[in-house]
Amino acid sequence: MNAINKLGLKQRYALLTNGLDWEPSYQPKSAIFPYAEFEGIKIRDWSKWEDPFRLTMDSYWKYQAEKERKLYAVLDSFAQNNGQTGLSNARYVNAAKLFLTGITPAEYQAHRGFAHVGRHIPGVGPRIAAQMQSLDELRHAQTQIHTLSHYNRFFDGFHEFSHMHDRVWYLSVPKSFFDDARTAGPFEYFIAIGFAFEYVLTNLLFVPFMSGAAYNGDLATVTFGFSAQSDESRHMTLGIEVIKFLLEQHPDNLPIVQKWVDKWFWRGHRVLGLVAMMMDYMLPKKIMSWREAWDIYFTQAGGALFADLARYGLRPPKYADVATAEAEHLSHQNWSVFYQYTQAAAFHTWLPTPGEMDWLSEKYPNSFDQHYRPRFEMWAEMERDGKRFYNNALPQLCTVCQIPMAYTEPGDPTTICFRHSEHKGDRYHFCSDGCKDIFDGEPEKYSQSWLPVHQIFQGNCGGASMEEVLAWYRLNPGADNMDQAGSPDQAMWDQWMRMRDRVAG
Amino acid sequence: MAVVALDEHYADKIEIRDRVENFHGNIVVYLHWEEHLSFCSAVAFPFPPAMPFGALVKDILPATYGAHPDFAAIDWDAVRWTVDGRETAPDPARSLAENGVGHKSLLRFRTPGLHGYRGTRS
Ligand SMILES: [Fe+2]
Ligand SMILES: [Fe+2]
Ligand SMILES: [Zn+2]
Repeated sequence: MNAINKLGLKQRYALLTNGLDWEPSYQPKSAIFPYAEFEGIKIRDWSKWEDPFRLTMDSYWKYQAEKERKLYAVLDSFAQNNGQTGLSNARYVNAAKLFLTGITPAEYQAHRGFAHVGRHIPGVGPRIAAQMQSLDELRHAQTQIHTLSHYNRFFDGFHEFSHMHDRVWYLSVPKSFFDDARTAGPFEYFIAIGFAFEYVLTNLLFVPFMSGAAYNGDLATVTFGFSAQSDESRHMTLGIEVIKFLLEQHPDNLPIVQKWVDKWFWRGHRVLGLVAMMMDYMLPKKIMSWREAWDIYFTQAGGALFADLARYGLRPPKYADVATAEAEHLSHQNWSVFYQYTQAAAFHTWLPTPGEMDWLSEKYPNSFDQHYRPRFEMWAEMERDGKRFYNNALPQLCTVCQIPMAYTEPGDPTTICFRHSEHKGDRYHFCSDGCKDIFDGEPEKYSQSWLPVHQIFQGNCGGASMEEVLAWYRLNPGADNMDQAGSPDQAMWDQWMRMRDRVAG
Repeated sequence: MAVVALDEHYADKIEIRDRVENFHGNIVVYLHWEEHLSFCSAVAFPFPPAMPFGALVKDILPATYGAHPDFAAIDWDAVRWTVDGRETAPDPARSLAENGVGHKSLLRFRTPGLHGYRGTRS
């Protein structure tokens, strides 16, 4: 033990990994790593993998334990000081609900995915790195649950987050994203989650939620964000190292990797539409618009990244230009979906205030006043007349991303984009060319999609009525769903604010 | 293109979840009213294929789209329909199936002269 402590980091890492890639004597390698070859990825020499971290298990535990101590100290004081009353506004809490139901279970899925990769990748270096990432992701899920459980004592919509993740219609969007990745081979998973999600798109997920938390008084969430930050930079490094390694190892890998980059960029972009709407509509104090975040974190940062990867022959993801053009419309179209299906959402909705609409006009001069302001004004008129607008029917869903088919034609925001394919005599519908391409690449996989609306029609979701389906979701009608105005959450918040004024006055 | 799978018989073992047999005698039909995007997307229904097309117009459309101020102004004789991209003039007395509506068909209708709230396609 003492002798090991005296070794340098490099030697300790060598001891950690050496001997893990032994040559088997009585089993063929293909029996030990049965997932290694079917995807077509060719690796000539695993020993060429330069581990970018050389993190040993003992130092890993030490760093993580230190971060946990800090996090839980902040959480304790947040709870003792009734941190929930220091939020900018009760509306903010809905962003936290979306995070806990939509993102936290995805962290757990990432944990499971990396555990699988950490077992099945033949190279010992990336295998160890994937195992550590698997532990990180489990820790992220746990710390997020602990952090947000404080809000569950006061607010509705938090109580059944993992059950809801598996059942509620819009949560099938992040769920099916990870189901898709985890049912792919280990190399595709690495590119899907390690590269496309953790490297290319991660800043568009975590910066908005964590800065949003900071701007809106949610110190608890900010702290778990910090606690995950050093993990995330390790994950980004792993993602970029893996893609470079695959591209360096064999020229035949390029078309396979390119197809995955195209696919997972588009899938990630679709999932991030939920973040777009959170930034532009759900945060009482805005950080920046989705459009601005996209420009900084995708167009600029991603542009530099793909310029660098061009030397391997890799080109930027297909339909990146479509995604960039969509940034003008995405958040408005998504929030419109939730506004009209508020009866089936596990968080509250509202119309943007006149001040917020002015902010949106300023941030979206090319789209908001022309297309979306009139929509919200029409709904505001209807609210004033006591005829709040609801969509009474269930939406058509895209077979791949599983989002209601609410997106418009590239270049024409007045016409819904419809795409379809035929497969074995059946028709399948898609929201975009990006989703259609993914289906056409592997129709056998996506013809199995568990589409929430069709599952209701088939009788697999508790019954045919809205009440029965909501009960099957474990969503409490009148508390978890509907508008923020008139909700128990808002009533409680108003009472807190009255009490505070009385104390102050 | 074929699926990339470990099991070479993968394609024979899958369960296609939206086969028409799974809908208890119904077909899934999607409806979409053009230029009225305050209804965020097309909507989905399970309908018996023998249902007359006229019932869809008389019962389903008002319950679905009636909240829109344009709905009362629709001139039903002028409405233009497409079924799965084909222009068609549906016969209200005949069934959905006889009008060419199949499982997971998309019906889009356009109401000439009506362009959404204040002409904004909302
Ligand atoms: Fe994570
Ligand atoms: Fe991560
Ligand atoms: Zn889609």
